[in-house]
Amino acid sequence: MRVPGMSAKSKNSDLTLVATANDLRTGAVVYRARDGAWQRDISRAEIAEDKDAAADLQQRAETDLALRVADLALIPIIRDGAFVRPAALREIIRATGPTIELPSPPPRL
Amino acid sequence: MYRYDEFDHDLVRERVAEFTDQVARRLSGELTEDQFKPLRLMNGVYLQLHAYMLRIAIPYGTLSSRQMRRLAHLARTYDRDYGHFTTRQNLQFHWTKLAEVPKMLAELAEVEMHCIQTSGNCIRNVTADHFAGASADEIADPRPYAEILRQWSSLHPEFSLLPRKFKLAVIGAPKDRAAIQVHDIGLEVKRNEAGELGFAVWVGGGQGRTPMIAKKVRDFLPEADLIAYMEAILRIYNQQGRRDNKFKARIKILVHEMGEEEIKSAIEREFAAIDKSNLQLPRDAVERIERYFAPPAFDTRFNGAPAFERARETDKEFASFVARNVHPHKMPGYAIVTVSLKPIGGTPGDMTSAQMDAVADITEQYSFDEVRVSHEQNLVLPHVKLEDLPAVYARLHAADLATANYGLVTDIICCPGLDYCSLANARSIPIAQRLSERFADPVRQSDIGDLKIKISGCINACGHHHVGHIGILGVDRKGEEFYQITLGGSGDETCSIGEIVGKGFSSEGVIDAVETIVDTYLKLRESPREDFLTAYRRVGEAPFQEALYAHAA
Repeated sequence: MRVPGMSAKSKNSDLTLVATANDLRTGAVVYRARDGAWQRDISRAEIAEDKDAAADLQQRAETDLALRVADLALIPIIRDGAFVRPAALREIIRATGPTIELPSPPPRL
Repeated sequence: MYRYDEFDHDLVRERVAEFTDQVARRLSGELTEDQFKPLRLMNGVYLQLHAYMLRIAIPYGTLSSRQMRRLAHLARTYDRDYGHFTTRQNLQFHWTKLAEVPKMLAELAEVEMHCIQTSGNCIRNVTADHFAGASADEIADPRPYAEILRQWSSLHPEFSLLPRKFKLAVIGAPKDRAAIQVHDIGLEVKRNEAGELGFAVWVGGGQGRTPMIAKKVRDFLPEADLIAYMEAILRIYNQQGRRDNKFKARIKILVHEMGEEEIKSAIEREFAAIDKSNLQLPRDAVERIERYFAPPAFDTRFNGAPAFERARETDKEFASFVARNVHPHKMPGYAIVTVSLKPIGGTPGDMTSAQMDAVADITEQYSFDEVRVSHEQNLVLPHVKLEDLPAVYARLHAADLATANYGLVTDIICCPGLDYCSLANARSIPIAQRLSERFADPVRQSDIGDLKIKISGCINACGHHHVGHIGILGVDRKGEEFYQITLGGSGDETCSIGEIVGKGFSSEGVIDAVETIVDTYLKLRESPREDFLTAYRRVGEAPFQEALYAHAA
């Protein structure tokens, strides 16, 4: 498992966080929604607004490590009006894909 | 080419079956990720930023057309229709689904390929000179020895849990085209005064966060002692290498801490004590492997190549391609051809399935069914008839594979960086693309001449930046990508580690900075025949620092 949310990934406990991981079967980047579904759209992710909510989200997300996802982490996000995006470049690239033109277009999901 | 015997086939098939079961147990929840991770890594499966990544070994960089077509098939069927050739003669698929890995491994096994030991703290894929068996300057083909080392090191029980990963490279010519002095062990095949074959042995080189040039521990190791001597080195490392600190666990640190003389003595003592009864390499065993690498049936009736000469006189682009990408062959009438995977503005090392198929067809028709992968992220057609070069060029051109930039400023080595890699701190591919576009003009490239730019997206140095004439290292500075430049590195027989030229540059500034360095070189070189590295070694860092930073002082 990657660094759990409240440690190195988010030293500032005031940050808003979402749970992200990779789908166990496909490796695809996924975010945990409020209903417990792991899906690809960060805008549908459950947002933890404080330390207690983050710990609770982490705990619920960890139950999915057995069968559904791998490499779980809580990551800081930034709200921009109605939009949500990861704070760190690494996570922006995870969310949106490589910043370069790929030799072939991505498959439809 | 080497062909699997029944033992190889059994070993690989058994491993595929074993890993198929392990994947099923992971997907069913029977194995936790902590239990599964070391197992998947042993089979070349990483979890990167966007997906799983499958790393496929290409031993000593040699492929047949059948194997290349299978890689194309895997790209089309299981991945996103392309693959990425790395600096360790591997191929990586970046969009692999774990559930499909067992099928991919089974399909690879059918063409005598696997992913074993492409990760983990073991002896990794053995690399070799990509011009092996073809180059005019060769003493002996290094690949039979690389194959012997592959067989010896595959699933070797004593060396499967080393302190850290361990990389071997072998060359068979005085010209080092495999960067052996920045490997854990580098071997140079040579002859002694009596004409007997043996090896110069280098130990303790490497890049990463602590770059080191290897020490020569034997100037001539007799051929028969190869395996026993490797065991002696590995045994010393296994016993004395540090396991308390991952960043100090490579053999280069042990060599550095013990000192050159002490490590030599320790190896020699172990070698003297070792039971060699089962470790001697008899000549007939070497010959049995050498037969797999016997030269192809060259046409020895060379009597000029008129079609080649005509094309070179009438087609300027073909002439440029010949000048840069065609190299002397040991057999009159033949040439070695570099297929550049560095199109202007492209991703270094990437290749679509259609291009793989095109190269497979060319390989089969024009290069005795052999193609090579170089650590410089290009392909090599090792045995092309001079008279066939115009046709080969036309076929490569049709597949967008005829970029005439071998060894030039746009022939950039570059790791996947933060666009793919979970270890990276900064993007490297976009920097390579923008540099390539900045220097795209072929006349300008030709004027600049030989110049190796190498880019890594983190200190692990997969992009070999330490041995770039111009090296670029991406770092994370308070959440922003920053790029540190080193100058004067070289991975050849004159191996040197680049020196940091000064403070780093932003992603915007680094392209201009490289251009400033190149322009400074053009002004200070004594003649166009003095290449960048030679000029740098003559004048040192100062003129480049002056050009880069004087205005900021």
